[in-house]
Amino acid sequence: MIEANQLKVYRATEEPRIVRIALTAVSLLFLAVFLVLPLVSIFVTAFQKGWETYIASITHPDALAAIKLTLLVTIIVVPLNTIFGIAAAWCITKFSFKRKNLLITLIDLPFAISPVIAGLTFILLFGAQGLIGEWLMMNDIKIVFALPGIVLATLFVTLPFVARELIPLMQTQGTTDEEASISLGASGFKTFIYVTLPNIKWGLLYGMILCNARAIGEFGAVSVVSGHIRGMTNTMPLHIEILYNEYQFAAAFAVASLMSILAIITIIIKNIIEWKSGLQGGGH
Amino acid sequence: MKEKSAAIIPGFSLSLGYTLLYVSILVLLPIAMIFFNTLSMSWGDFWKTITHPRVMASYKLSFGAALAAGLVNVVFGTVIAWVLTRYRFPFKRIVDGLVDLPFALPTAVAGIALTTLYSPNGWLGQFFSFKIAFTPIGIIIALTFIGLPFVVRTVQPVLQSFSQEAEETSASLGANRFQTFTKVIFPELFPAILTGFSLAFARALGEYGSVVFIAGNMPMKTEITPLIIMTKLEQYDYVGATAVATVMLVLSFVLLLLINLIQWYTNRKFLPS
Repeated sequence: MIEANQLKVYRATEEPRIVRIALTAVSLLFLAVFLVLPLVSIFVTAFQKGWETYIASITHPDALAAIKLTLLVTIIVVPLNTIFGIAAAWCITKFSFKRKNLLITLIDLPFAISPVIAGLTFILLFGAQGLIGEWLMMNDIKIVFALPGIVLATLFVTLPFVARELIPLMQTQGTTDEEASISLGASGFKTFIYVTLPNIKWGLLYGMILCNARAIGEFGAVSVVSGHIRGMTNTMPLHIEILYNEYQFAAAFAVASLMSILAIITIIIKNIIEWKSGLQGGGH
Repeated sequence: MKEKSAAIIPGFSLSLGYTLLYVSILVLLPIAMIFFNTLSMSWGDFWKTITHPRVMASYKLSFGAALAAGLVNVVFGTVIAWVLTRYRFPFKRIVDGLVDLPFALPTAVAGIALTTLYSPNGWLGQFFSFKIAFTPIGIIIALTFIGLPFVVRTVQPVLQSFSQEAEETSASLGANRFQTFTKVIFPELFPAILTGFSLAFARALGEYGSVVFIAGNMPMKTEITPLIIMTKLEQYDYVGATAVATVMLVLSFVLLLLINLIQWYTNRKFLPS
């Protein structure tokens, strides 16, 4: 009798077996069609014309220049936005001040704005007809259609990632650890390195990984400010676009497959971090 | 007490000053430029630009496709979040990680992959008697791809922290599983679903990379609003591009406000009185 009762309670908070199987099947089918198939098709198309074409496509001087530029932009952008994220999270979570929510909304803003508009804003600032365009031309400084423009647009688009991960994390951790450290005589810098940083390291890494992935892959904003100069201002996504529009599908997908491998590595690292830190899956 | 203890920790003016400077230069100043440049237009010119039939068609398409993709994601995203938190099946960890693919994969890569799949002789396109790539359906598919993780990743944590006791109470009071879901579980999930939908919708409105390839970009038919801005920029029509950008910016602000309102409302509901 008791067994039968337990069985009933157990069943009452679960769907019938057939419903469970149906829901699981629908989910897996949806994910297979929408996520797995596109991923598989990238690699299949990349190797359609064999290894030689694949190697030739990714070692083409223009492709190598694009890879180099993308890495350069990422190496500049991720540390800058990481330092910003730490500073923003520090002042927002360790102190109380007025209009804090307004500041948080401002930090979130780049997520809500179309990347194309992000690119446009920098054209309006630094372009030939822009606010300080003439002054820049007179002093021979190139921002738009050059590396600084690409860096600025990428900075804008990836600005919230680190701050967005750190703010909720540091809010739940409170300020007691830091207060103890300071009152025991440690300097602010030492407190940050030895007390705060170990507490936030996984969240920080998590934000940096997401920031890194977006910085590598940003297309819309960079497309507006880059000027598409081959071998000069073409990042990897822009190089893929050019190859694709020239019907060089195998080459386009070869470069795309490199970026897909990076995306898969990103997901693996993200999961390791979640597993190590017990963080819930989240993101933007 | 709180004031006093907060003052012990150093670095307030440095971190706040740096944050404000950084945000002002990188976010406030650039966005202000859009409104500043719009002010240089006459109202008549501005109105004519933003209500031009081709631009109007693009609003309808962008809005409609983002809405459709958002609804698809609400249904399947919620089911996927449910299956991932409640059921056990092989390779669940890998499937769960896979949901993040649209966040990690560059949009241009997603764009060319989806276009190749759904083009008339592609792996999937060949099975349909109607065209998918280069039509609004293709745009909806690309936006569904981009938006899926937003819904799954906002609904999942709520489901994980949902107390089994509420369901047990409901069941022991005589409700069947369907009633428990619609009357007990769904009301708790609804704010998360709404937030996920708004995030996916906001992202879809501005999305460019994954859509340009599959859209075909025919004026009046498959031209999204971000592409209109891009086309105007390529024709050096900075004023026109800025005018359309202003409309999109205002829409984004309204959406952001809406998302914050939903979150504020839900947080308040759960605060102890």
